[in-house]
Amino acid sequence: MRRLLLALALALLAAAVALPAAAEELRGLIDALGRGTFADREKAIAALAGSGEPAAAPVIEALGAGNLYVRTGDGAVLLARGSALVDPLTNAAAGSVSDSGIERIRVNNRLRRAIDAALGSLTLLSPDPATRLEAAAAVFKSRDPGALPTLEKALAAETNPEVAAALGEARAAALLFSDASEAEKLEAVKVIRARGDREALSLLGMVAAQGPGPVADAASSGVRAIERVLAVWEAGQNVWYGLSLGSVLLLAAIGLAITFGVMGVINMAHGEMVMLGAYTTFVVQEAIRSTAPWLFDASLLVALPLAFLVAGAVGIAIERGIIRFLYGRPLETLLATWGLSLILQQGVRSIFGPTNREVGAPSWMSGWFEIGHLTITHNRLWIIAFALLVFAGLSLVLRRTSFGLQMRAVVQNRNMASAMGIRTPWIDALTFGLGSSIAGIAGVALSQIDNVSPNLGQGYIIDSFMVVVFGGVGNLWGTLFGAAALGIVNKFLEPYAGAVLGKILVLVFIIIFIQKRPRGLFALKGRAVEA
Amino acid sequence: MTFGQSLKTGLIGACVAAGFSLAPLPAAAQSGGTIKVGILHSLSGTMAISETTLKDVMLMLIEEQNKKGGVLGKKLEPVVVDPASNWPLFAEKARELIQKDKVAAVFGCWTSVSRKSVLPVFEELNSILFYPVQYEGEESSRNVFYTGAAPNQQAIPAVDYLAENEGVERWVLAGTDYVYPRTTNKILETYLKSKGVKDEDILINYTPFGHSDWQSIVAQIKKFGSAGKKTAVVSTINGDANVPFYKELANQGIKAKDIPVVAFSVGEEELAGIDTKPLVGHLAAWNYFQSIKSPENEAFIKQWKAFTKNDKRVTNDPMEAHYIGFNMWVKAVEKAGTTDPDQVIDALIGVSVPNLSGGYSTMMPNHHITKPVFIGEVQENGQFEVVWKTPGLVVGDEWSDYLPDSKDLIADWRKPLNCGNFNVKTGKCGGKGA
Repeated sequence: MRRLLLALALALLAAAVALPAAAEELRGLIDALGRGTFADREKAIAALAGSGEPAAAPVIEALGAGNLYVRTGDGAVLLARGSALVDPLTNAAAGSVSDSGIERIRVNNRLRRAIDAALGSLTLLSPDPATRLEAAAAVFKSRDPGALPTLEKALAAETNPEVAAALGEARAAALLFSDASEAEKLEAVKVIRARGDREALSLLGMVAAQGPGPVADAASSGVRAIERVLAVWEAGQNVWYGLSLGSVLLLAAIGLAITFGVMGVINMAHGEMVMLGAYTTFVVQEAIRSTAPWLFDASLLVALPLAFLVAGAVGIAIERGIIRFLYGRPLETLLATWGLSLILQQGVRSIFGPTNREVGAPSWMSGWFEIGHLTITHNRLWIIAFALLVFAGLSLVLRRTSFGLQMRAVVQNRNMASAMGIRTPWIDALTFGLGSSIAGIAGVALSQIDNVSPNLGQGYIIDSFMVVVFGGVGNLWGTLFGAAALGIVNKFLEPYAGAVLGKILVLVFIIIFIQKRPRGLFALKGRAVEA
Repeated sequence: MTFGQSLKTGLIGACVAAGFSLAPLPAAAQSGGTIKVGILHSLSGTMAISETTLKDVMLMLIEEQNKKGGVLGKKLEPVVVDPASNWPLFAEKARELIQKDKVAAVFGCWTSVSRKSVLPVFEELNSILFYPVQYEGEESSRNVFYTGAAPNQQAIPAVDYLAENEGVERWVLAGTDYVYPRTTNKILETYLKSKGVKDEDILINYTPFGHSDWQSIVAQIKKFGSAGKKTAVVSTINGDANVPFYKELANQGIKAKDIPVVAFSVGEEELAGIDTKPLVGHLAAWNYFQSIKSPENEAFIKQWKAFTKNDKRVTNDPMEAHYIGFNMWVKAVEKAGTTDPDQVIDALIGVSVPNLSGGYSTMMPNHHITKPVFIGEVQENGQFEVVWKTPGLVVGDEWSDYLPDSKDLIADWRKPLNCGNFNVKTGKCGGKGA
């Protein structure tokens, strides 16, 4: 008992003596972060992480977040809290970020990786499971054998199965790059192989390249096994990408399916309606940013009706002002709308400038989730849903409303419709306006994935015509299937043939297809065709 | 500008002009008390996004020079034309500038194809073109001064940086499908192979202009990057296609820490249209960044913001190239005492003016200039932070040493060589190429 007490007292004494010394040492390690080249700083980070001090983690984290500053006078490294600077160890106030002689410590990619690895090994024992999960992922990437003892400790204490699995993978990764025994390494290869994703593949590839031996053999057989599984997922991924591209094509083309498909107007300014929709989104977002930033997530919902109205109004103005004089003269219509598209582009360029405008993504459209090895991004998912919604809405308008009925009547037999009391000129104007409005709301969606620049529309006009012609002029279902088919074919060709050749092949395919079926996928039948 | 100043420069100008009055002056260029300067940048069409800024910067530089009293005692008069991103129209407009407006020099073009389109016009009518954009090299014309980077002033240092500092062993060369990316990638491919990179570690990918659906290509890059070797993307993707490309990288969670992208056509201006938070750490190689601290640069940025009356306007590398090119031209005209193209062309070689990164750039006999090379990382505020620079200035190498057709060629427009494609092996002017 006395011995124990004595030991305790000695330990306390040692701690009391060591504390200032340790603090001094830690300060030296921290101050090293502000000196030298990037390579020196990388070493400083590793040294600081190696100290195992709990005070080190927040400092390294601040470095990664760009919140660490150095006072050039004495080389002291300071931590920023907002714009105030504090001493990283004592929390004593130390001036402000904007003081003279205060410089931010710069990081580059190498340092960022070192920071991640250091934070990983420092936070493996954090009480928060989400932090532990992140730490495990970071160690998996860094494969630092030095983290092994901590990993073992963390694994032994871990109760959360998800974190435990991640820790196990991190341990396996670190083991493979340590001097562990062959049996242990073979076991580790199995663990990594079971993980089965691209990172596992990358890791096993590295192990396989390390040279001959049973471990490398096991790793390369693991690489082959993972590649086989991933190849299947890749096909799924291509279908998804194809659908996603198809939804974009559908959005761009569906308005044209009305103006060109139903009315027969070759509207070269269709793309510019899409552009107007995108710029409406930009204006709405700017207004929201300056007046009500908390509304930002709803900006697209606000922009949708506005884009509908703006593009619709411009569409009606075009129909009333130009196109109604040119019905039945396709060549003149083509030239007039082509000129119009140039005027609209240059108009937007003069008002908003030639450079791209930034349209932000609301939080619910950012990020991604995974199904198996399939990565699905939120914005693409929303765009597919939105395209289908627009399609359904438009079909309803055409089939179930009196406006839709009148529209179809005018298209099928103008004289008869007129005789029945339908004001055909107004129906023409409204139909054209509807097609343009749909293009406008397509612009809201496309602003999320493409440049908002005056040239936005040009990129879509050819594709839109392609989809409408391929799908069958005058048929909405044709547009839907045409867009999806072209999207998927394109995405399957791209990885093999490259984007340029892929596009050419698709065009060749369409030309041949149109030769065989001049009226497209879903040909209209009946009297309307002969009219 | 004070009256005294202008009078003084005016007098000097008049004396100098009188001294050369026997030389056959291009009369109209100096008549009416002004010297005309042509600005040949697209103000409409696809390239307007990049070129409009250069037109503005030229107007600013000319205004500034006029405040200092002009050149040779005469005011400069800008003549702006719009070739509308239409390559044949570039040639027409260039002819119009030289023949109708009788400009003393032209500052213009962005894409290589527009430069190739105007080149015969400048050679036929013997005028001067300053070309401010990084390009693929493999050209040297007596009438063109290349103030942008040649491949060895941008692409090769960038690849060296990645290999040495990031330990990259596997390369994706992604570009837009036209002459600049194709030639640059050919040079890079040969260069990488000469450094021992294997065939299977290089992936070359081309996309059409304005490509907007990057999903499968980014997935392909991700796949290529998971072979157990550090991978980087060298991007010569041009113009509008960049925004969706970077958006897709962010979407698929490719971080600069894992697969860095180094771009040769993405500057401050291009980043202005993107949310850069997910892109922090991606790289660009240029000879100038807005974030570079030097008194000249601070003054230039201030002047630019005042000129455009917009505090958010950014500066970029081709703007610096025009700044250098314009000052070189002014200096050479003052040295020659005339705007006569032949004399100015001879006077330009060896002219040295301050660049914006705190040093001097000199016009070399091959009509390319010396420049420092910087590697910058994208920051959250849409600016670049320099993480590496070449120790000294790099001389633009017009004929790449890494292409079999051009490795024996040099350009030297001084007498007695006076040749844009001198073959050092055969000792004859007129090798392959231009």
